[in-house]
Amino acid sequence: MYRVAVLGDRDSTYGFGALGLTVFPVEEEEEAKRVLKELLKEDYAIIYITEYYASKLSSLLDSHKNIALPVILPIPGIAGNTKNGVTRIKKMVEQAVGSDIIFREEM
Amino acid sequence: MASTHVNPTRMELTKLKKKLSTARRGHKLLKDKRDELMRQFLILVKENMQLRKEVEEGILHANENFALARAMMQEEFLDAAMMVPKQEVYLEASTKNVMSVEIPNFEYHTKSSDLSDIYPYGYAFTSGDLDDAVHSLSVVLPKMLRLAECEKGCQLMAAEIEKTRRRVNALEHVLIPDMMEKIKYIMMKLDENERSTQIRLMKVKELVLKDALEERKRKE
Repeated sequence: MYRVAVLGDRDSTYGFGALGLTVFPVEEEEEAKRVLKELLKEDYAIIYITEYYASKLSSLLDSHKNIALPVILPIPGIAGNTKNGVTRIKKMVEQAVGSDIIFREEM
Repeated sequence: MASTHVNPTRMELTKLKKKLSTARRGHKLLKDKRDELMRQFLILVKENMQLRKEVEEGILHANENFALARAMMQEEFLDAAMMVPKQEVYLEASTKNVMSVEIPNFEYHTKSSDLSDIYPYGYAFTSGDLDDAVHSLSVVLPKMLRLAECEKGCQLMAAEIEKTRRRVNALEHVLIPDMMEKIKYIMMKLDENERSTQIRLMKVKELVLKDALEERKRKE
């Protein structure tokens, strides 16, 4: 049985606590890094991470890119949408197809 | 492009021919794999984009509601209200094999299935905005879980497609032409050898005949 974690600044994450996800509020980069490393060792199947911290910890995220579990997924935090999520998908299309032929006109 | 030296022998030729047919079959298989992966990937990535947009909108909406709730309530009450969650989410994670790519497959269970029973607080000290906020987030949650599945699947498939495409190209443009070149080289060498042997034989025959004729002439 796996659990779901949410990692990010407090204001962006505490709502998820009410839904039964495990919330890990962090305040700065080093702390986030430490917590994320801990989470990777435990039985979390999905780790949602706010886009702000996702961009800070991108090297750690990249090293887990090709492993099926856990899924580390950036979500927009309270600071607003950075369009990173859409860019990520476009990058995948580029990697697979060679150039972005599907979502080129969007954005 | 027979860059490396090959021995022009029949054995080498048979070996190369066998290798070539294997390479051709591998090439065809990998090409099929790539095409099928691409088809699945395109379906999945479209769903992914759709979900991503819906989830981001949903979270934005929920965050707006939370901001409202925070504005209406005192910090301590809010903290107290959210302190002990009532709802819990469990995931059943398995992997699904799509063309040799293992993509995650989630099934989730919640502790209480009643959507109106998720609020972890009594309603006395909280504002209605908080209820709205929690509700709007709970609506997004199933989509978020599906998104996690989808996006990881896309990512893994994209990597696999790239790898397969490289292999197909390497076979098609390097390995197979190279082998064909080598086979051609060996065949030409062997043919050349054969011709020279034939000529030598003819020459020898001529010489022997000439000798024999002279011998007969002398006897007569």
